[in-house]
Amino acid sequence: MVSLKQLDLTDLSVRQVNEYLHGELLEECPARVEILNPDGLHSIAAGLDKEVEIDILGHAGYFIAGMNQRARVTIHGNVGWSVAENMMSGVVRVKGHASECAGASGHGGLLVIEGDASSRCGISLKGTEIVVGGSVGHFSAFMAQAGTLVVCGDAGPNLGDSLYEATIYVRGSIHSLGADAREEEMQADDFEKVAELLSRAEMNYDAREFKRVSSARSLYHWNADAHQEY
Amino acid sequence: MCGIVGFLARRDADRERLGQLVTPMLECMATRGPDSAGLALFHRPLPASRRFALSTRDRKFDWQALAESCQQELGLPAPVAALENHASLVSELQPEIFKPWLNSTFPEVHLLSTGHAIEIFKDEGHPEEIARRFHFTEMVGTHVVGHTRMATESAVSPAHAHPFTAGEDFCLVHNGSLSNPYSVRRKLESLGIAFETDNDTEAGCRFLEWRMREGDTLETAIEVAQAELDGFYTFLMATADKLVLVRDAFACKPAVVAETDDYVAVSSEFRSLAHLPDIKHAHVYEPAPEQIYSWSV
Repeated sequence: MVSLKQLDLTDLSVRQVNEYLHGELLEECPARVEILNPDGLHSIAAGLDKEVEIDILGHAGYFIAGMNQRARVTIHGNVGWSVAENMMSGVVRVKGHASECAGASGHGGLLVIEGDASSRCGISLKGTEIVVGGSVGHFSAFMAQAGTLVVCGDAGPNLGDSLYEATIYVRGSIHSLGADAREEEMQADDFEKVAELLSRAEMNYDAREFKRVSSARSLYHWNADAHQEY
Repeated sequence: MCGIVGFLARRDADRERLGQLVTPMLECMATRGPDSAGLALFHRPLPASRRFALSTRDRKFDWQALAESCQQELGLPAPVAALENHASLVSELQPEIFKPWLNSTFPEVHLLSTGHAIEIFKDEGHPEEIARRFHFTEMVGTHVVGHTRMATESAVSPAHAHPFTAGEDFCLVHNGSLSNPYSVRRKLESLGIAFETDNDTEAGCRFLEWRMREGDTLETAIEVAQAELDGFYTFLMATADKLVLVRDAFACKPAVVAETDDYVAVSSEFRSLAHLPDIKHAHVYEPAPEQIYSWSV
C-alpha cells in the first residue's frame, strides 16, 4: 500500500488520471492522491466512488469532482463551471473561487468553496450542503429542491428563484430575492444547522449573523387567478 | 459555442513576442470553435498611413499586381505584405478613395479591416491551420483579440468568421447569440449603414461603431447597446489603445481574466491561459455580468 500517489497532468491525460482513480486506485489503496498541473483541464476526478483524499494542486476547469461519492477532493486553486455537479456524498473543497453552477443538482455530501462562487450556485440542488466562504452570484439556488446553501458573504440578484424545499442562509447582504423566495425568522434549529455546517466547513463565523431564506410555496400549485403575475 | 481570447501586453518585451504568447491561447480554444478562426492584431499605430487588410479565396492571388495597379491608378505608393490569401497594404490613401477602387477593380478581394493600428486575419478552417498559414506566432504588437467559431446562427464562411469590424481601428468578437439582430440591423440600415453578412455579431459591431461615430466613448456605446441588444453575449472589443470586455446580464457565456503587471489576458476558459508567464501569481477572476472592463495600452 502506497501512502501518497502523485499523478502529473503534464505527462498524463485527464482520461488516464480518471482511469487510475476508477480502477487501479482500488487495488493500490493510497491514503492520498495528488494531482499536479491541472492547468484548467476539465472533468478531473469525476465519478469517484472510494474513500480517498485527493488534492488537485492548481487551478482546474469544468466539472471537477462531478458525481462524487465518498471521496474527499480538495482543489488548491480556482475551478471553472459546475464543480461537484450531481455529487452524491463525500466532501469537495475549493480553496479558491468557483465559476458558475457550483454544486448543481447535487444529491448529498458537502461542497465548500472558500472564495466566491459565481452565478447559479446550487442550481437545482437536491440534498447537497454547500458552504461558500465568500459571495454568490445571481440566481443562486434556483429551483433548489432539498439541501442547504450557506453564504458567508453577499448574495447576488434573484436569490432562491422558484425555490422548493432547500434552505438558504446568508450572512451578508442580499441584492434581491427571486420569485417565491422569502426571508424568514431564524429558529433554534436554523442556528444549530448553520453552526454545524460552518464547523464542518471550518469557517469561523457566528451563526447568529445569518438570515434564512426559504420558499413561500406560492408557486407550488397552479393558480388560475394569478394571470401570470407571480 | 465559440472561444474568445484577448491579450494586452504592458511591456515591450511581451509586445515583441506577442504571437508566441497568444497563438497557444487561440489554438487551445479550437475545441470550442473548430470551423473558423481569426484575430485582430493591433500594431503600433502608423502616424500618417493606414493599413488595409485584404483577403480572397484564391491562395495564389497575385498581391503584387494589385499593389502595382493601386499605385498606378490612384497615384500613391501602396506596398503590400502577403501571406497566401491574406495581404496587408500600407498607404496614405484615404479609405473613401481606396474602398471603391478595390470594389470595382478587384471585386474578389475582401477588405478585412482599415485603420492606423488594426490588422484583421480570418478565414474558415481549423484554428491551428489558420494560425500556421498566417504565421500568428511571429506577431508583434500591443494587443490582440481572437476568436474560434462554432457556427450556430449563420453560415460558415470567411466573411462570417470573427472578428467583425466597422469604421476604423475597432473590432469585436462574440461568444453567444443575439435574438434581435434584424431589428438592430433595420434601424442601422435606415441610417445608411451597410452590412456585409447576415451574422448577428455584425449587427452588434456596427451598432457600437455607429454610437462611437455619434460621439460616444466605447464604454458609453456599450451602455447604450446593453439596453438595445437582446440575447446572450460575452463581447471582447478593441480599439487602437484599448481592450474592453462585457458580458450580458445572465452571463451564460464564460470568460476568465488573468492580470499581472506585465499583461491582461482574457479567454473563454482558464486552460488557454495556463501557459502564460507567471500565471500562478496572476490575479485570476471571472468578470461580473453587465460590468464593463476596460484596459488601456
